[in-house]
Amino acid sequence: MSQNDILLEVEDLRTVFDTSEGAVRAVDGVDVTVRRGECLGVVGESGSGKSVTFSSVMGLVRAPGRIAGGRIRFDGRDLIGLGPRDMRAIRGRDISMTMQDALTALNPALTVGEQLAEMLNAHDEDLPARGGARRRAIREKSVEMLRLVGIPSPDSRLGQYPHEFSGGMRQRIMIAIALAPGPKLLIADEPTTALDVTIQAQVLELISDIRARLGMSVVLITHDLGVVAEHCDRVMVMYAGQVVEEGATVDVIANPRHPYTRGLLASIPRLSMRGQPIRPIEGQVPNLVGLPPQCRFYSRCPERMDSCLQTVAMRPAGPGRRARCIAIAEEAVA
Amino acid sequence: MSLGKLTERLLHLVPVLLGVSVIVFLMMALTPGDPVDIMIGDQSVTPEEEQAMREDLGLDLPVHRQFLVFLGNAVQGDFGTSFYHRRPVFDVIVERLPATIELSLVALVIALMTAIPLGVLAAIRRNSILDKMATVGSLLGVSLPGFWFGILLLMLFAVHLQLLPVSGRIGFDSEIEPITHFLLIDTLLRGRPDAFWDALKHILLPAITLGLPMTAILMRVTRTSMLEVMRQDYIVFAEAKGLRRGRILFRHALKNALIPTVSVAAIETGSLLGGNMIVETVFGWPGLGRLVVESVFLRNYPLVQAAVLFYAVTYVLLNFIADLLYTTLNPRVKL
Amino acid sequence: MTVADIDAGPVAVASGAGQTIFRRNLARFAANRLAMASVAVVFLFVLLAIFAPWIAPHDPNETDLFRRLQPPAWQAGGEWSYLLGCDALGRDILSRIIYGSRISIFIGAAVIFVATTVGIAAGLAAGYFRGWVDVTISRLVDILLSFPYLIFAIGLMAMMGPGLVNIILALAYKEWVIPCRVVRGETLATRELEYVEAARALGASSAHIMAREILPNILSPVIVVSTIRIAHVIILEASLSFLGLGVQPPTASWGSMVADGRAFILGAWWVSTFPGLAILLLVLAINVASQGLRDAFDPRFQE
Repeated sequence: MSQNDILLEVEDLRTVFDTSEGAVRAVDGVDVTVRRGECLGVVGESGSGKSVTFSSVMGLVRAPGRIAGGRIRFDGRDLIGLGPRDMRAIRGRDISMTMQDALTALNPALTVGEQLAEMLNAHDEDLPARGGARRRAIREKSVEMLRLVGIPSPDSRLGQYPHEFSGGMRQRIMIAIALAPGPKLLIADEPTTALDVTIQAQVLELISDIRARLGMSVVLITHDLGVVAEHCDRVMVMYAGQVVEEGATVDVIANPRHPYTRGLLASIPRLSMRGQPIRPIEGQVPNLVGLPPQCRFYSRCPERMDSCLQTVAMRPAGPGRRARCIAIAEEAVA
Repeated sequence: MSLGKLTERLLHLVPVLLGVSVIVFLMMALTPGDPVDIMIGDQSVTPEEEQAMREDLGLDLPVHRQFLVFLGNAVQGDFGTSFYHRRPVFDVIVERLPATIELSLVALVIALMTAIPLGVLAAIRRNSILDKMATVGSLLGVSLPGFWFGILLLMLFAVHLQLLPVSGRIGFDSEIEPITHFLLIDTLLRGRPDAFWDALKHILLPAITLGLPMTAILMRVTRTSMLEVMRQDYIVFAEAKGLRRGRILFRHALKNALIPTVSVAAIETGSLLGGNMIVETVFGWPGLGRLVVESVFLRNYPLVQAAVLFYAVTYVLLNFIADLLYTTLNPRVKL
Repeated sequence: MTVADIDAGPVAVASGAGQTIFRRNLARFAANRLAMASVAVVFLFVLLAIFAPWIAPHDPNETDLFRRLQPPAWQAGGEWSYLLGCDALGRDILSRIIYGSRISIFIGAAVIFVATTVGIAAGLAAGYFRGWVDVTISRLVDILLSFPYLIFAIGLMAMMGPGLVNIILALAYKEWVIPCRVVRGETLATRELEYVEAARALGASSAHIMAREILPNILSPVIVVSTIRIAHVIILEASLSFLGLGVQPPTASWGSMVADGRAFILGAWWVSTFPGLAILLLVLAINVASQGLRDAFDPRFQE
């Protein structure tokens, strides 16, 4: 793969939250690669660090959180250490984000039209410089964006407030706002969790459809491997602040190498093997303060061994695949 | 909000206003002694006037009929005669109103103009020196007795520095023919910038004194709601959109944070009414508040009674407006 | 009622857990240094009020025309035995402030005592019986809340005439609605709880349930509100006295002392300044202490 193929490259990212009980290592040495035009699924339970990883990429981590180390390269530029002004120019224009619940992510006191227009106004460079021409162009583009995401009679709805739309429509509006400046990367954080099943499918179709049309990359953050299976080229599984497995979606789902991934798959009705019982993973994500140097999944792992009580690094697990499990190395040796 | 809903809400005010007038009526009716003697008090009255009063009040009727007479008169703006002024109570009150309203409005403007920027600054620079000073300041603001604060201001700015006048609404040389009876407006309408400046100097200290507790409260409300709003998802989303910080703060955050501030401000404007009596007394401001205090000492009971009713009705209406403001400002609240 | 009463008393009804929470909250309050300092200031004022005759250097009402408007000790013409100077009748300002604390604290405490007692009874009745009792009481509360406080008190004082008892009544007539609203809300929430249901099932009388089962569990917010309100009542009393509608001369009260000094702001700044400072200090201390109390006891303010 040529260097130019890679849009986003995160290396050894560390994000910590300073609390009274100590530094919570929410993201602990995470590597991410997103290629141009691909859809990367990021899976994990809440608290796995999947959202914080991409908040860090966007420079949106707030105190008491901070990026403690690592490198974030986007489109050939280093993002860490970029001034607030440059970072602002990248947010929205190059990397855009949608949030879990459009009801809380859209400002209740501003009209949908204004929330779309301000995004275009801040980032769209094709617009006329100023005056009425600019206003008209922004309005036209706003209508076009709402039409793109499938809002009926968009012209008349620009003046409405978010609460006047249904849940699915709000989600579409949020996507329209995020996509308006034509970003190279869309980070969709749990885009369907707040929605009904039927609308979930529509929204995901919409994202896939627009990705194909605009040729952008998408990072789909979710706790649902089923969603990933349907929509993502590659998948990255996170657990307790670390990546535990990554690879092409088809490979990972057909042959998961990490016990946690296997656990996740077994907990989803649609994807588990026919005839096998559905079973949730027992136990909880460990407290991220003062972790001992051992496999973080140890306490919940059905296949744990004494040799797991050491630092476990990511290791190759087949073509284009890596996983963080000691058992893989032993297989390779054997 | 539809006209129907508005009417419905206005109708909800009726029982409250009725209850308020019962209490104001009872204040007088339950006072021991002959009501007419009490109402006349220290004022000099002819026997004919006294007889007219008895008839006017329906004193030979049972108490509940007396109340109906009182209510009927009150609705028509008939609160009896102020024998001290030798004029109807209503006219005396109306004459004093512009001074009080002008003072209250200037106090409101000063409070809003200081409280909102300070509250916002304290919130965005949380735990900074400025935030701590604002917290201490707001605590002081609600703990300072207004009459004492007013006197301190007088001693400093009027007596010691001699920058501002000690009392009154306007200097003798600056008096003008009134148009609206709001001096800050009338002086400009008459083309007298010097007189406007003089009126402004007169109103400054009383307005600051009157507005101080309100400033303290509004600053706290603004700070708290701003902090609350800054935690919301839509602020994170606005940041993710790469908007300028100014736009995030003043368009996205402040517009939401001001919803509670504005409705508290409307309610607190009612409290300004209560402070009027103190401030107008301290600064010799010729408004309704001072009239009430003077009337108490003159035993001018009809006037006191009418003023109490007037203040309560205004207070109820301000709370109603606060309610309306809250609903119109907040697009989420559906009626 | 004092904090000690509740600690020893019926809070235990709500089981041992309630006791522990109370202890923890008390410890949290004790750890707040600013709040504790404020409690000390309030305590100091209470001591001043109780022991005024032994602490005050002079008779507060003794006039001495040779000391008319004598400045405080550190200014030219002052003497150390008249530390804060003298008023227009040559009375010692410090002694009058010390005696004045009696009026402020007594009226503040009496009004809150009367208002809290009435408010608890009315609030319990409204929240427990609901129906027409609740409608009647709540309507009355709404109506009383429609009067700006000071004008209501002025109206009553005008009709009733001056005097200590009348001031307390004039303020308490409106003040009780505040504890009443708190108690009503808490009672509505508490009456549905299991242990109240259980007591009812066991055939306990309404009076017993209200006094023994509900009241102990809603005292914390009532106490928090009452302490905040004392500060308001003290300012209101001082305002009435300032307007000349409070305690009548020659009895020393802080509000009327500030009023006395108004005529002399040109030459004798101390006459108004010191009594006002006393009001500020006491009210500020009560406010800070009650804020600490609220932070420690009211779960809504705990993070």
